[in-house]
Amino acid sequence: MLFRFLKPSDVKSSEITPANIYHNRREFMQDGARIGAGIAAVAALGLNSPEAKAESRVLENITHNAAFSTEEKKTSYRVVSSYNNFYEFGTKKDDPVRNAHSLRPRPWTVKVDGHVDNPGDYDIDDLIRPHALQERVYRMRCVEAWSMVIPWVGIPLVEIIKKLGPTSKAKYIQFETLVDKKQMPGQNRRVIHWPYVEGLRMDEATHPLTMMAVGLYGRELPNQNGAPMRLVVPWKYGFKGIKSIVRISFVEKIPRNSWKRLAPREYGFYANVNPEVDHPRWTQANERRLGEFRRRETLMFNGYAEEVAHMYSGMNLKKNF
Amino acid sequence: MPLLYLKALAHFLALLPAAWLMWQGWLLYDFQDNLLTANPIKYIHAYTGDWAIRFILLGLAMTPLRRISGWNIVIKFRRMTGLYAFSYVVLHLLNFVVLDYYFDWPTILKEIIKRPAITFGMIGIILLIPLAVTSTKGWVRRLGKNWIRLHKLIYLISILVVTHNFMMVKADIFQPMVHMGILILLLGYRLAAHTSFSYNRGN
Repeated sequence: MLFRFLKPSDVKSSEITPANIYHNRREFMQDGARIGAGIAAVAALGLNSPEAKAESRVLENITHNAAFSTEEKKTSYRVVSSYNNFYEFGTKKDDPVRNAHSLRPRPWTVKVDGHVDNPGDYDIDDLIRPHALQERVYRMRCVEAWSMVIPWVGIPLVEIIKKLGPTSKAKYIQFETLVDKKQMPGQNRRVIHWPYVEGLRMDEATHPLTMMAVGLYGRELPNQNGAPMRLVVPWKYGFKGIKSIVRISFVEKIPRNSWKRLAPREYGFYANVNPEVDHPRWTQANERRLGEFRRRETLMFNGYAEEVAHMYSGMNLKKNF
Repeated sequence: MPLLYLKALAHFLALLPAAWLMWQGWLLYDFQDNLLTANPIKYIHAYTGDWAIRFILLGLAMTPLRRISGWNIVIKFRRMTGLYAFSYVVLHLLNFVVLDYYFDWPTILKEIIKRPAITFGMIGIILLIPLAVTSTKGWVRRLGKNWIRLHKLIYLISILVVTHNFMMVKADIFQPMVHMGILILLLGYRLAAHTSFSYNRGN
């Protein structure tokens, strides 16, 4: 067999920090890993503080989908919403949280085109609202070797695809982020190709794990996390999760995703999390879960191998990285 | 003793970045808001690396500055600048070995060998060691003319570390471009001065 199969539930419960540890911090600090404790503090900090969540609107009628959720300790709202790669608002990790206030997530129109029965301009609420919102706690592994655990709110992408009705010619789905220098000041510099483009093969897009997210932690997405809607593909590197989507195209040819276009030796189209295929400039065998001190091993397909590995059987994953 | 005051001021300024980092580190340790982001190890890595490069470039700027301005006093700060560059390099390396990889030597060695960017940085660090060791007055005297020859290594080191900086960046190459631009100016000045007669006189 090509790789180890691991279930999401394979993550040991001993890896989850018990709640009493942060209440007993002096003891924790003396516990040998002082520096680790300090770093863990960032994650603990603000996790339960109401002001940290006060910004975006609470979403109603969310059903928690336990079957699709990991039990691992969630990364705090504060960390999830302040440490972002969203180059449309600047290239530093804390640029998006400082600059994304200029984005206006409503009204928001999504253009649908290509090989599809129902093309047209859709209001985001018409795309999302007919469907029941689910909460799913997924691991998120960035290509830069750090990771988070995020409680997303959204709907399975397949529900939107069904409604739009792709024709048999549609082999891939392509997404585009908004281009608007006034709302997205980072676009004044051409660091990467604008609009940001991402795409999935049709079987990946209709996989039940693939999500169109509109919120996290029970609230609407903060702008810096890709408001008003973004893609979440938990077994792929984070850059596949295109943010602030304004266009969905059903296409025959493989989309030219922005990172691959910028550095084709370093970033591929598939971008499946794979500890055995290194980035040319760093190892992908391990990662730092934000809030933890020591690196941990990266799991094949980010721990979702059982659910997704069949889609890539027979494929050379070193070549199709 | 104006030189003494100036030196004290220079030490104070050179220590400011380290002091800021310690302050932010204390805030992190004490569970307070801080500017080290949610990934402090990565932040410290970039921060100490950036300051190391700034001090290396500043050290390289001393001779051109003296020659262009005619302020001979500038040269009295060159050793200090080099030693601060070395200090920030050491912090950068400690962060890599201790905080980032936590003494995972097999992985550390593999990364140094396998990643050209890290190889370059590491060679730069190793070459800096003899320069730091021989920076004392005794070594300057003992080595005589060879001291100057040895310390010309800094030209190679500066190219290695700016290249390392360039290769570590994902997409936004603005800052390494600035470093590269300054380095080209500083090395270009030497090249131009070397071809004209007077340059070597004041080394």
